[in-house]
Amino acid sequence: MSLARLKKVRIAVSILFFALTAFLFLDFKSFLPLTVNKYVLYLQFVPSVLKFINVFSLLAAAGFIFVIVLSLFFGRVYCSTICPLGTLQDLAIYFSRKFRRKKKSRFHYLKANNFLRYGFLAISVIPVFFGSMFALDLLDPYSNFGKISANLFRPVVVFLNNSAAYALEKFQNYSLYPFELRTVSLLGAVFSLFFLALVIIMSVSKGRLYCNSICPVGTLLGLLSRFSFFKIAIDQSRCKGCGICEKSCKSGCIDNKSRTVDYSRCVSCFDCFNVCPSQGIGYLKPFKKKSNSAQKETDYAKREFIFKTSAYILGLSGFAFLQKKPKSYKNNSVPTTKQTPLTPPGSMGIEHFTSTCTACHLCISACPAQVLQPSYLEFGLRGMMQPHMDYRTSFCNFECVACTEVCPNGAILPLTLEQKKLTQLGKVRFVKDDCIVKTENTDCGACSEHCPTKAVNMVPYIGKLSIPQVNDEICIGCGACEYACPAKPFKAIYVEGNPVHLKAKKPEIKKLEEKVDYKEDFPF
Amino acid sequence: MDRRDFIRKTFAASALAAAGPALAPGDKSYLWAFGSSLLQNPYDLVAIKGGEADVMFDRAIASIGGMKRFVKKGQTVVVKPNIGWDVVPEKGANTNPKLVKRIIEHCFNAGAKEVFVFDHTCDYWTKCYSNSGIERAAKDSGAKVVSAASESYYQQVKIKNGKRLTSAKIHELVLSANVFINVPILKNHGGAKVTASMKNLMGIIWDRGYMHENDLHQTIADLASFRKPDLNVIDAYYVMKNHGPKGVSKEDLLTMKSQIISTDIVAADAAAIKLFGLEPDKVDYLRHAAEMRLGRKDLEKLNINRIKI
Repeated sequence: MSLARLKKVRIAVSILFFALTAFLFLDFKSFLPLTVNKYVLYLQFVPSVLKFINVFSLLAAAGFIFVIVLSLFFGRVYCSTICPLGTLQDLAIYFSRKFRRKKKSRFHYLKANNFLRYGFLAISVIPVFFGSMFALDLLDPYSNFGKISANLFRPVVVFLNNSAAYALEKFQNYSLYPFELRTVSLLGAVFSLFFLALVIIMSVSKGRLYCNSICPVGTLLGLLSRFSFFKIAIDQSRCKGCGICEKSCKSGCIDNKSRTVDYSRCVSCFDCFNVCPSQGIGYLKPFKKKSNSAQKETDYAKREFIFKTSAYILGLSGFAFLQKKPKSYKNNSVPTTKQTPLTPPGSMGIEHFTSTCTACHLCISACPAQVLQPSYLEFGLRGMMQPHMDYRTSFCNFECVACTEVCPNGAILPLTLEQKKLTQLGKVRFVKDDCIVKTENTDCGACSEHCPTKAVNMVPYIGKLSIPQVNDEICIGCGACEYACPAKPFKAIYVEGNPVHLKAKKPEIKKLEEKVDYKEDFPF
Repeated sequence: MDRRDFIRKTFAASALAAAGPALAPGDKSYLWAFGSSLLQNPYDLVAIKGGEADVMFDRAIASIGGMKRFVKKGQTVVVKPNIGWDVVPEKGANTNPKLVKRIIEHCFNAGAKEVFVFDHTCDYWTKCYSNSGIERAAKDSGAKVVSAASESYYQQVKIKNGKRLTSAKIHELVLSANVFINVPILKNHGGAKVTASMKNLMGIIWDRGYMHENDLHQTIADLASFRKPDLNVIDAYYVMKNHGPKGVSKEDLLTMKSQIISTDIVAADAAAIKLFGLEPDKVDYLRHAAEMRLGRKDLEKLNINRIKI
């Protein structure tokens, strides 16, 4: 029967999604064009919903609708194919089983932990309406897979590449080059490691427990799968009650005693189809009389629970408002400490960015200049690990819009190169008293050298020296000056973020008066 | 006539007959002088104008004895253009790719075993390499394009004659290559005023910030004393007169269609600064370099071949 083949199809599709998604984060040499990103990630649920809300276009973001329809037909297929974190768990289960000596029966029926799963769903969703992505950032499965890939897998790949490059270099072979990875932060790495360990331990010991007790997407799709057109169920007429399906179920949703399947926790992995000796489990035909379902009565309790947690979360989301709010820009402030963090071009400003980003770190992986870094508390607690522009590490390349092309959420919206070159992320500030030209009495010009618009220009100073002069109207806040400034311990030039991005003026272009006569003699 | 001038002229006269290596006076880089000629060439400097960059190079190199004078069979060569910026060739911020390509071709024709091309860029390096057109040009002509974006490629060396820059991390290929050809582009520069051969050497060291921090002009001269290029080819086809060294628009450029070639890095820069429209003495790094006897800035006393196409 064709049902037996479903498992193979599921495995093939899941490996494809997993490999492609992971590759986006590991591709530090940009083998794939960046436009591939949006196709690969089109079906990722949370990014798709957020992008839909932000761009309000079905063409750009209908992936989540497809997933919803898919769930309404066949249950949580998403969790077993599209979700890279789901496949990561399947891989962990597969390999742990390969290397485990004792082959005892692995899984058994688990009771649904409704308090946890609906609690986490409420914690993730409700604060979003109040502009806080804090919980969703920490729980969204795609974004966490992204963090794991960017902060753990990517360093491993880079390490292998660099080791090979060093070895070849000894023989004057420069075909590989070492990559200087600068985007791994302690917080990102520690969180990713903790999360990866949690997911692996849970999956190896209890199967898809994470997906059925913590993951907000799993829980949401679980609510939908109750209404699925096709449902996986036990055929009472064929079932001999051997219980082998229960043991094979990594979701722990098959109860052999009552011969029921909890649809809300089934991830449609189809593992049970193949193990049943009497073909007694499979997709139930839609109009067949329903087998006994134990779900009906719990509904009221659940509704009350959701209502109560909502009230509780409403209180909690007030917490988000207490976080550090970006201060507005003050013209008269002198200190070289930044007041306002900078968000990438296309993100429109702090408010839009922090309320849409789920910190998947894909833009961090895509940024060739590595100026995008995971934040600590730059955006306050609620924006933890969301990327910010770190001009101490690098600066934004003038001719680049990579981050705007890859964001699956719409936290960074697409910009053309022309638009980007006039998008002002922040304004340049010059502190003359810290400048090397003044303190050391020598020429420098590193800031002006790097400035793409000459918002930082060198003008005559004392004697033959020249000193920077800034024009923040044509400054786009790329941070090249700040990065290049060699002054210590304080940078003499830095970029103060715009809470809301502005449009910079075009640099004035003056035609050269000089003409060249090629017949004229050399001046020496 | 000063002492150095006297020695030089005596040498030039005797060198016609003698078959021994004639080293440039004051040149302390004899350790590296694998490529120096057996016969003293009559010209100290060639200036040429009016043609395409590659055509001008053909003429200019021929007039000082051809590439065979610098590159011997089986040698490795570093060609160091300016690839500092992520801009297209028409923006004139990087060395003309046609010129780079032609120089590499000359090197291989002279029997070079390998030619390496790199620059420690300012913008993100892979984008600079590709957008400048230099990566394509170099690969097409058979050279190896190498990264300079990793500290592991740089070796700590002492700069014996340096005053402010006494040690630095230098790209290992500059240390190992038999021949070092410096191919800068002539431009305006906010800090150094003009950038040409000596300033272009900032692309062979790792920590440029140190130089900006510790008297830019003196450290540029110090760095030039470490390994003087065997040949300097200054691209002055497009010359950025304003907003250097990156430039804002094509309107910053003057199409001068010129080129300067010299084994003397100071003479080459002195001529380039004149061509740019400034007095060499107004540029401090040139003055420092001449005082350190790294070369000669007295252009009027040099034997210059001036070519107009």
